[in-house]
Amino acid sequence: MLKVRSIDMEMVPLTHYLFLSATLFVIGVVGVLVRRNAIVVFMSIEIMLNAVNISLIAFDRYLNLHDGQIFSFMVMCVAAAEVSVGLAIIISLFRNKPTINLDEFNIMKS
Amino acid sequence: MELLIFYPLAGICIVLALGVVINNSPVNSAMSLIGMMLGLAGIFILQQAHFIAILQIIIYAGAIMVLFMFVIMLLNLKGKGEDDSWISRDKDLLLTVLSSLLAVGVLYKIIIIINAGDFNSPALPPDSFGTVREVGTILFTKFILPFEMASILLLVAMIGAVVLAKSKVD
Repeated sequence: MLKVRSIDMEMVPLTHYLFLSATLFVIGVVGVLVRRNAIVVFMSIEIMLNAVNISLIAFDRYLNLHDGQIFSFMVMCVAAAEVSVGLAIIISLFRNKPTINLDEFNIMKS
Repeated sequence: MELLIFYPLAGICIVLALGVVINNSPVNSAMSLIGMMLGLAGIFILQQAHFIAILQIIIYAGAIMVLFMFVIMLLNLKGKGEDDSWISRDKDLLLTVLSSLLAVGVLYKIIIIINAGDFNSPALPPDSFGTVREVGTILFTKFILPFEMASILLLVAMIGAVVLAKSKVD
């Protein structure tokens, strides 16, 4: 019981993990909004997915469940799929027009 | 003790994430992102999620970032994509500043909401929490259907990547 109490005292509060998660998510959003390089935009999306993983795992430990870890596993699967398809699209677009500046890709607009 | 490990790791993660956004060259951004992934793996270990931490290192820092570096090297992006200044979309500084302010405002609001919540009674997980055995057991019993769906998703992504990289966009 004494050991449990001492662990309880020095644990990081859940809110700190949530602050870290929110900060990283907002950094990712700023990256998507501000940058024009397609690859850096993809990296910002990865930052956002990772931020969500932090939240999931923090709540997972707070509630003593394992569901959050399974969900973050699924998020990793989706991230892998998204990166493979997205980078294939970037390579395919680059073959069509040798730039990865996102502002120059407006073939869908007109 | 946990706090002493948490704060440096969190600081490193935030600085490296900012480095991803601020760096001009994509290679430097990718390096920052690898560092951030490793720091996040440390944070996952701190939360007793050992299995996810190992997966984070293998999948993100290993596979996904190697794919990024591979594409960056393949496209040979030196001097293309962006000009010297990273900080303006459409050469419009106002738009950049406004979107950044919007994001920071959202962050402020989120922090207020988190602060208002009552999270003061954490459950005390057992020592076996988050091991490969525990996570694997629940993954193959309760979540067997999402697991199979994930395998189908990865198969579709693989086929899609091959088809997209093979053919030309008209």
